[in-house]
Amino acid sequence: MKFSKLGVVAVIAVIGVYIRAIYFTPFDALQGPAQKILYVHAPSAWVGLYLAFGLVFITSVLYLWLKDPKLDRVASSSAEVGFVFTSVVLITGPLWAKPIWGAYWTWDARLTLTLFLWFIYAGYIILRGAIDDFEMRARFSAVLGILGALLVPFIHLSVYFFRTMHPMPVLLKPSAPSMPSDMVITLVSAFCALTLLYAWLLHERYLLATERDAALEGRS
Amino acid sequence: MPPSPRVAPVHRRAPGFVGSTLAIARKDTLIELRSRSVILSALAFAVLAITIFFFAWDPTAVASIDLAPGVLWVIFTFSGLLGLHRSFGVEQPTRAMDALLAAPVDREAIYLGKLIANLAFVMVVQAISLPAVALLYNVPIGGYLWPLIGVVLLASVGLVAVGTLFSSMAVSTRLAELLLPLLALPFFVPVILPAAQATARLMNGRAVSEVSGYLSILAAFDVVFLVVCTLLYPYTLEQ
Repeated sequence: MKFSKLGVVAVIAVIGVYIRAIYFTPFDALQGPAQKILYVHAPSAWVGLYLAFGLVFITSVLYLWLKDPKLDRVASSSAEVGFVFTSVVLITGPLWAKPIWGAYWTWDARLTLTLFLWFIYAGYIILRGAIDDFEMRARFSAVLGILGALLVPFIHLSVYFFRTMHPMPVLLKPSAPSMPSDMVITLVSAFCALTLLYAWLLHERYLLATERDAALEGRS
Repeated sequence: MPPSPRVAPVHRRAPGFVGSTLAIARKDTLIELRSRSVILSALAFAVLAITIFFFAWDPTAVASIDLAPGVLWVIFTFSGLLGLHRSFGVEQPTRAMDALLAAPVDREAIYLGKLIANLAFVMVVQAISLPAVALLYNVPIGGYLWPLIGVVLLASVGLVAVGTLFSSMAVSTRLAELLLPLLALPFFVPVILPAAQATARLMNGRAVSEVSGYLSILAAFDVVFLVVCTLLYPYTLEQ
């Protein structure tokens, strides 16, 4: 496989960050080694749930307006890469939750929201697979991309209502735990590294989509 | 001589937006009333589900009043899916959709007409399964019938708004009816969740004011998705 410049930078950044996270970042006083999942979990959530999903939404709206197939390719590439990152979140989350909360899964607002975004990504990918016509595929997935983004606040709201009426174990708040600067540096670098990784994968996936569409168009 | 009332006058003015919406709703409802194909299977499904759910739980461990709201909403969801698929599936075999698109009718009117017909379908199933659950699970619903109907109506509008749009998309794909639940169910969650919670609270004799938060979520969902789905619907058609 040929690496682009972005790919080289992204892969080196990811390797560097995780070497730092594993060997040169202190253990958490209470959670021990389990806490190190944070450096994979939180940045993947940023990429999968916010960055990738946000881009799908924006490019979907723009596609319905401008009808440029490039926008559809960006949207579908972002959805696929976002699906992978969201899967990482859903795998690392329970692995971390088991030793710390005592259960792999709780129906907490954030967990449920993530799961449903994952379902929407999956539906998006399956929908695209079920349509042969390029133009129709682009339109349908744009419609789903827009509706999916609008659904997020509703899932959040309904699960929030659902949960606040029942006592819940205290969860990690994003603002509360003040971490030693060693950990903060590792975490921030992990955010940057995974964002780079996302940008690279998105770019590669976009090129693949362009080639595949061109090949299919040439054949028909 | 005025035309006889049983024959449609040829030179009648094309109906406006509301007129064509209602005409499409009427058309779909009539087709369903005459064939009765899907409504009967949806009702049979509802009654069977009520029975199966009862035996899926240990009645000595779970009181039937705790079971009833969940059963009710599972039935509403899945019987609704049956009706939603029919909504555009019925146009498929003869490609009647092409004629509908060629007619001087706003595309938004097609969507809203289908939506009204689907709502009617879902409400028929609800009108029978709600008393059936009340009867078979021994849940007295008389004291809070109107607030409960309010919850059911608000939730149904949201379910049908999203479901009608996805039905339009699903029929044009290779997976057809398999795709509809896959797309629609994640969207049903923020409707089912507050609706089932509100139903459970009403059934447990709580005050109506306690469920007002859920009702506002449902109302907000209805407004947002009715507007957005109406605007997006034309994009799910042949262009």
